[in-house]
Amino acid sequence: MPAVLEIEGLRKTYRSRRRGVRNALDGFDMRVEAGQVHGFLGPNGSGKTTTLRTLLGLIRPDGGRMAILGHEVPGALPQIAGQVGAIVESPQFFPHFTARDTLSLLASAGQVPQQRVDEVLELVGLRDRAGERVKTYSLGMKQRLAVASALLKNPKLLILDEPANGLDPGGIREMRTLVRNLAESEMTVVLSSHILGEIQLICDSVTIISLGRRVAFGPVDEVLAQHSSGALRVRLEAVTDLPVAAGALHDAGYRVTPNLDHLMLAGVDKPATVTRLLADRGLYVSELAPVTVDLESVFLELTNTAPVPGQHRQVDQSARVDGAEPSAPTGGGWGA
Amino acid sequence: MSLFRTELRRLTKRRFTRWMTVGGLLVLALIVVGLFISNQKIGPEQWAEAERSADRQHQEQVQWAQQERAACERAKAAGETVDYYPADCADITPPLREDIRAEWFLPSTFVFRDNFEEMLVPLAGILAMIGFVVGASFVGAEWSTGGMMNLLLWRPKRLTVLLTKLGALLTGLLALALPATAAWFGSLWLVANWRGVTTGMTSGTWQSFLITGGRGIILVLVAATLGFALASLGRHTAMALGGAVAVMVVGQVGLAILLEMAQVRFAEAWLLPTYAYAWMTKKVTLQDWRSCNATYTGECEPATLDLTWQHSSALFTVGVVALLGAALWTMRRRDIA
Repeated sequence: MPAVLEIEGLRKTYRSRRRGVRNALDGFDMRVEAGQVHGFLGPNGSGKTTTLRTLLGLIRPDGGRMAILGHEVPGALPQIAGQVGAIVESPQFFPHFTARDTLSLLASAGQVPQQRVDEVLELVGLRDRAGERVKTYSLGMKQRLAVASALLKNPKLLILDEPANGLDPGGIREMRTLVRNLAESEMTVVLSSHILGEIQLICDSVTIISLGRRVAFGPVDEVLAQHSSGALRVRLEAVTDLPVAAGALHDAGYRVTPNLDHLMLAGVDKPATVTRLLADRGLYVSELAPVTVDLESVFLELTNTAPVPGQHRQVDQSARVDGAEPSAPTGGGWGA
Repeated sequence: MSLFRTELRRLTKRRFTRWMTVGGLLVLALIVVGLFISNQKIGPEQWAEAERSADRQHQEQVQWAQQERAACERAKAAGETVDYYPADCADITPPLREDIRAEWFLPSTFVFRDNFEEMLVPLAGILAMIGFVVGASFVGAEWSTGGMMNLLLWRPKRLTVLLTKLGALLTGLLALALPATAAWFGSLWLVANWRGVTTGMTSGTWQSFLITGGRGIILVLVAATLGFALASLGRHTAMALGGAVAVMVVGQVGLAILLEMAQVRFAEAWLLPTYAYAWMTKKVTLQDWRSCNATYTGECEPATLDLTWQHSSALFTVGVVALLGAALWTMRRRDIA
């Protein structure tokens, strides 16, 4: 499949007398293929928004290569801007204009027919509130307006940074349906979000970024499979047999963690061997379930951002792709 | 072209633009009403009333002189030494009637030929203030609310976007300033017609008025450009407004006090309003009262310094080029976060 978005070795360094030097992007790579819904994940300050801003010409990169729809950017942005819809970070609009005026002005600047304004207002559910000033909107409504502004161009590539921010549960579900529908209409969607359950449900593929570098990428299933630990949960018909079973499995070389009513096994390639081994000893299995990993646990593992009791993780404390200990930024501070 | 039209639409849609325009025009209308109320047409009735007032004034002066002479003589007779009376009390005499001129008592009248040109100064001042504030807010609010970033996602040519915005702003202001100046000409002509005189107008006078009006419009555009550039540099309206307040309060009032204390010659030459005034009136002559240039008659004349509209134009050009250049440079170079 052709790539709609390609980033290779992207670098962005912030230099400040007070905060010192900080590499927001440190040779970041990304590839999104046509028609995909691609999740772009990373902890706070990992470089997600910097990547999107750089891609859209708002930030000047210090190195690397970027291409959208086969055109090198930022040089070719004026030619392809009409095919890229984007919202970056929190929705920001002039508060004293109505939603309709806001979209109408954007449509006029981008030479988009005015009838498209009503279409997108309908699409994001703001039709009946379009005549109200944006300053009266809730965060969720502003978010809907931001999505509407990105959809106004009917783009080939849609970049949504935290589109579910502030949305109510119904809104999140609507957003999910909308994104899927857009993908079915052959629009490529890049979705940056911290709601990992949503990403897992919506996205075909993901890129995970940590400290400005890619730590994982590929189809969601493959990323999950790569980080599955081969764990099994074993229950027996008689709970009293658990210690005997644990001993037998341990002797056979399995890593066993006993629990009150079940055993946890790690590093099991073939679950059938466990059943056979226990049955040979007259221990009968009532449940043998592989423990599946979800995107959240993979994310926390890859970015090393899982909460640790008694510790207060700082924003830039996450994993590097080469496994090296993250170096503290010269001056600290919040992220990109 | 679509971006230009959009920006023009955005400018006129903004409530701030509308309120500032309405407020400025209201002030101008109040000035016209004030001129209408405070001026009168001079006719025989007004002359007769002025003569009566002059007579009254003369009578009062005669009475006062008589009282004072009597008091002086009483004081002399009593042997009192009162130093505010002359040595000879007969020297206390009333003024002659012809010394008290009737025209001093005429009501104010609006002479279009003499008064109109100076009335172009408040017009230019008010419109320039509107231009500065609206210009600053037009781009400053866009930066601070994220509108500029949104626009750049649609139109990723930064300099084109900023210059188109400036073009739309100046076009909008021109669309306000030209009719406002024409209306100012018309309304003050009517004031002169009903409450003064419109005689003595020559083609040269009209030409001079039109050129001064034109300079006023240029002043408005310069002020708008400076406000726009300052707010764009600071990415906030407050940058321009705060900068203007700082310049006026610290840089002008404070500087004026400092220069006065230091007894600097021609202190007003360091103050910006002097140049704006010189621009409008073609020339401002500053005087140094501490100096004495003796004339052949022995009189002591103060030294003078002429500031002309050419000096002002050089200052405005440098200001616009420097600030707008800096705004464009930062627009091109700086990251948009």
